Amino acid sequence: MTKPTATFVNIGERTNVTGSARFRKLITAGDYDTALEVARDQVENGAQVLDVNMDEGLLDSEAAMVTFLNLMAAEPDIARVPVMIDSSKWSVIEAGLKCVQGKSIVNSISMKEGEGPFREQATKVRNYGAAVVVMAFDEEGQADTFKRKTEICARAYRILTEEVGIEPSDIIFDPNIFAVATGIEEHNNYGVDFIEAVRWIRQNLPGAHISGGVSNLSFSFRGNESVRAAMHSVFLYHAIQAGMDMGIVNAGALPVYDDIDPELRELAEDVVLNRREDSTERLLEVAERYKGGASARKEVDLAWREWPVNERLSHAMVKGITDFIIEDTEEARAAADKTLDVIEGPLMSGMNVVGDLFGSGKMFLPQVVKSARVMKQAVAYLLPYMEEEKRISGSEESNLAGRILLATVKGDVHDIGKNIVGVVLQCNNYEVIDLGVMVPAAKILETAREKKVDIIGLSGLITPSLDEMCHVAAEMEREGFEVPLMIGGATTSRVHTAVKITQNYERGQTVHVLDASRAVGVAGSLLGATRGDYMAGIRDEYRKVAEGHARGQADKKRVSIIKARENRHAIDWPAFTPTAPSFLGPRPFDDYPIAELVPYIDWTPFFSAWEIKGTYPLLLDDPKVGEAARSLFNDAQAMLTKLVEENWLTARGVVGFWPANADGDDIVVYADETRTTERARLHTLRQQIARSSNRRKHVALADFVAPVGSDRADYIGGFAVTAGIGEEAIAERFSRANDDYSKILSQALADRLAEAFAERMHERVRKELWAYAPDENLTPAELIGEGYDGIRPAPGYPAQPDHTEKQTLFDLLDAEAATGIRLTESFAMWPASSVSGVYFANPESYYFGVGHIEQDQVEDYARRKGWSMAEAERWLAPILNYQPGRRDAAE
Amino acid sequence: MADYSETEKRLRDAAARRVLVLDGAMGTMIQGLKLTEADFRGERFKDWPSDLKGNNDLLNLTQGEHIKSFHLEYLRAGADIVESNTFSSTSIAQADYGMEALAYELNREGARLAREACDEVTAETPDRPRFVAGAIGPTNRSASISPDVNNPGFRNVTFDDLVAAYGEAASGLIDGGADLILYETIFDTLNAKAGVMALENVFAEKGVRLPVMISGTITDLSGRTLSGQTPTAFWYSLRHSHPLTIGLNCALGAKEMRGHIDEISRIADTLTCAYPNAGLPNEFGEYDESPEAMAAQLGEFAEAGLVNIVGGCCGTTPDHIRAIAKAVEGAAPRVLPTATPKLRLSGLEAFEVAS
Repeated sequence: MTKPTATFVNIGERTNVTGSARFRKLITAGDYDTALEVARDQVENGAQVLDVNMDEGLLDSEAAMVTFLNLMAAEPDIARVPVMIDSSKWSVIEAGLKCVQGKSIVNSISMKEGEGPFREQATKVRNYGAAVVVMAFDEEGQADTFKRKTEICARAYRILTEEVGIEPSDIIFDPNIFAVATGIEEHNNYGVDFIEAVRWIRQNLPGAHISGGVSNLSFSFRGNESVRAAMHSVFLYHAIQAGMDMGIVNAGALPVYDDIDPELRELAEDVVLNRREDSTERLLEVAERYKGGASARKEVDLAWREWPVNERLSHAMVKGITDFIIEDTEEARAAADKTLDVIEGPLMSGMNVVGDLFGSGKMFLPQVVKSARVMKQAVAYLLPYMEEEKRISGSEESNLAGRILLATVKGDVHDIGKNIVGVVLQCNNYEVIDLGVMVPAAKILETAREKKVDIIGLSGLITPSLDEMCHVAAEMEREGFEVPLMIGGATTSRVHTAVKITQNYERGQTVHVLDASRAVGVAGSLLGATRGDYMAGIRDEYRKVAEGHARGQADKKRVSIIKARENRHAIDWPAFTPTAPSFLGPRPFDDYPIAELVPYIDWTPFFSAWEIKGTYPLLLDDPKVGEAARSLFNDAQAMLTKLVEENWLTARGVVGFWPANADGDDIVVYADETRTTERARLHTLRQQIARSSNRRKHVALADFVAPVGSDRADYIGGFAVTAGIGEEAIAERFSRANDDYSKILSQALADRLAEAFAERMHERVRKELWAYAPDENLTPAELIGEGYDGIRPAPGYPAQPDHTEKQTLFDLLDAEAATGIRLTESFAMWPASSVSGVYFANPESYYFGVGHIEQDQVEDYARRKGWSMAEAERWLAPILNYQPGRRDAAE
Repeated sequence: MADYSETEKRLRDAAARRVLVLDGAMGTMIQGLKLTEADFRGERFKDWPSDLKGNNDLLNLTQGEHIKSFHLEYLRAGADIVESNTFSSTSIAQADYGMEALAYELNREGARLAREACDEVTAETPDRPRFVAGAIGPTNRSASISPDVNNPGFRNVTFDDLVAAYGEAASGLIDGGADLILYETIFDTLNAKAGVMALENVFAEKGVRLPVMISGTITDLSGRTLSGQTPTAFWYSLRHSHPLTIGLNCALGAKEMRGHIDEISRIADTLTCAYPNAGLPNEFGEYDESPEAMAAQLGEFAEAGLVNIVGGCCGTTPDHIRAIAKAVEGAAPRVLPTATPKLRLSGLEAFEVAS
């Protein structure tokens, strides 16, 4: 029996959703069959260990990990090799560990949350019988210097071997490879720091292994593959000699050390080993000569100002620099025969480069939106000249790719995502007609007909918008439209589009667009030469999705509402004394100081609005998106400072508390402490998911309030806050200045400030206004982590998916009068940057998702709300676990 | 891991001096009793709604004296270690009879009967201590194989289910007086990993640590476990349990098992244990290798330095154990190889990275 023994193990990244776009697409599309083929190819091509990573924001990563590993286990030619279970989330790792019979590698754990969680996770790793990658990361952050790297690794080694009992040879340290030659002096020694740390670990921490992600090293030379490959090869040559024995390397592209051109090798070695002060400049000088790729190298100065004007325009476009755009555009116009040539020549070619870089994942959304701003300002400058030329020549020239109408549907007010889609489409030569928010179907269809649009795109964020989209689709059918319909927005999905919208519009094709980066590809396919095939493919795919969904529905078991109630979250009420709030009824907070809210901003969702995935602040140092993220963050900080100083926005809020007791699944809100008059009634929904055991409860929000007759005088609270007063005017101002980038930035900031306001208010409620936790002392980061007692769920979100409950809350708070926030017919809040919710103080309360519910609960809920069954099914449509039609047939 | 428990020290001391002997099959002995449905039920289960004949572990509660007498027979035949009659006493396996709720009791009583037998015989010959191995079978479900060929991602038992069931069984065995825990007839390594996790939980809960024996099953002549692992991959998957023994049992006779136990013996830096069936089944499905024939082969295992503990599985009787004990008497015990430090990984096959 021969066992392969390796001295350097190369870990592939092709079954890693963060490392392979193809794999990510397959997994998000649920195409596990093809995803398995990717794994099989890897093993056939010699992979010694399969890295499996499912860290994608839109995925249920735990479920995807389990599904993929279970399927892999059934394929002997894949399951042959060990698995590296790769996730930044421990829960995903643990779910994976429960699926593999072999001895796998966990990637990774670290001390970033301190020694406690590290010890706990390491003990589990030991008991599951896995090896483990340990990142050189502690409470203070990622280790960058030799000293930090070795100190952290030594501390981890001691804990693992002496306290936890992991064998030294089961430990793999990743001491962090960072980019060198970035132009920042402190970065120059990062290569040496890593290599020396490797040597030190080998000598001082016997048995341990060392791994790292090599591509980070040459990040500043991206686009120049030959220089990057030379740097990697040189780096590995020295790191492996020092003792590195595992790594994520694109091995196929790597030249052998001795085969590298001696001049390039020496220059690369100077950089990697930090041998001269001018090593970066010297490598930069020759880099161009060795360049294989198409994109330009990183600029360090204003040398580009010396270039010919057309190249300057393209450069400004790609880099998103507006500083010289008017003068350069004028220079180009003066030299051109026709003004249109400037647009079709340098401007379009610059935009094409941007499109290509974005399409291939080398540029990120904020950069693209900045590029679009350059384009828009140049075109705005040229427009009068073109009008004049058109008037003289009388000709109507157009080579538009297509005309697209975009609208956020009636009842919905959210449009950041839609605005981004608009910009991206404009960058790609589409004319975009943006009708804004809360647009009724009639207006959409009227404009579409009048302007002869080629595609209609609908957007929405809240669940009732899904229904409105079905309605628009049906109207398109009725009025004889045939143009394609694109669907996008946070609550939309391919499944909903396939199952619910497509059937309403049979004359044309409906397509779901997952995010802004896909919009151009989808639009191009819908209008291109092969659109017939594309649409046939979509139709076929959606038919399968719909069938699969119907099949899946049958499997989703639910328990009866009676059973679910028997398994409620039962709080020991006699043992709990509710705290009385410091006041009862609503209290408005007018013109709340915005500066106080800034520290409470949770930046992670801000970046995800720009389609930059990851966790703040880690993503700022991410080798892939870090640069784009930092630049966006700087712009956001600058605008935030101005926004605060110049009072761009006004924040207003209202908070209220009332005596309350639960009555079944309802919460009775009393007029006063006598608890004799019912002022209002909040209705809650209960989980009905079938569970293998009753240890996990079937919870409803009502469980968190002491029941009527329990002898406990309990309370609930409510709030509505906005940071969006003035938001619309600012967006409008930027729009007029052809600055979509700043417009979207201001909207995203207002949105974050509203959330920050809700966070800050909740803190004041806990410590001061309700004062059930007066001694709480948490940092803003801990607040975002929700490490406190009590919750503030919002109607329309997972814990109570019924948006109509917002009306009851608003009536109690008299919210419109107090804050100016209005509710639309779909119960969206206007301005969009608003947050509302209900406060629960009980320490046992927690956030949960109601999930899908059965007809018995819907009937009961309709009765409690005074609704017809049809009304109930309309508002609860997204969470029904059955087809409402079937009920009609059964009656 | 030099911090062995007292029991483990005694066992390792004994194993350093001679080849130890494990008992033989319990099923074969029970079959010989020709018990009726009423015998299985006893007074306590006379009204149980389902058939109980064939639920051999239930005899711990209804025919305890018989079970104890079999343990005594094996001990007097020369066994150093006897296995409790608890192979199917997990809640998962007992579900076939609707007896999930009895799992803890079956294990506790099973261990207690073996304990009593051991104590009696040890009292007769105090220089030779006897040990109770609390036996835990693999259950009839697999955590890494789908029961539905059309749905390869499906599983009818989860890791967590197994941790719970094994933990309950181990808890009963410990409370009944077992000296060590034996996971045997492992056809799916993931099940056994859940078993290891369960023991960590139970040991932490009870504040004790028992030695663990791990015994896999190479299902057929393919040389792999049912879940597809080679013997080396199997060992690497379970090495973290720091077991007293690693080895093989069941499915094969000594002749067919030799190559596989040899593979494990070369690499395992702990004791090895082999207890094959009495040959391969004949045309009637019976195991008919004679005590002498089987003992000769296991004697050769010992002579060749492949094993530290030997015994018998399906079809073996006290006569087999007597012959085997005689055959290995005086043989030098296997010397443990030292494992060079390296990263040992496995999928279905083993993979190593030099340290």
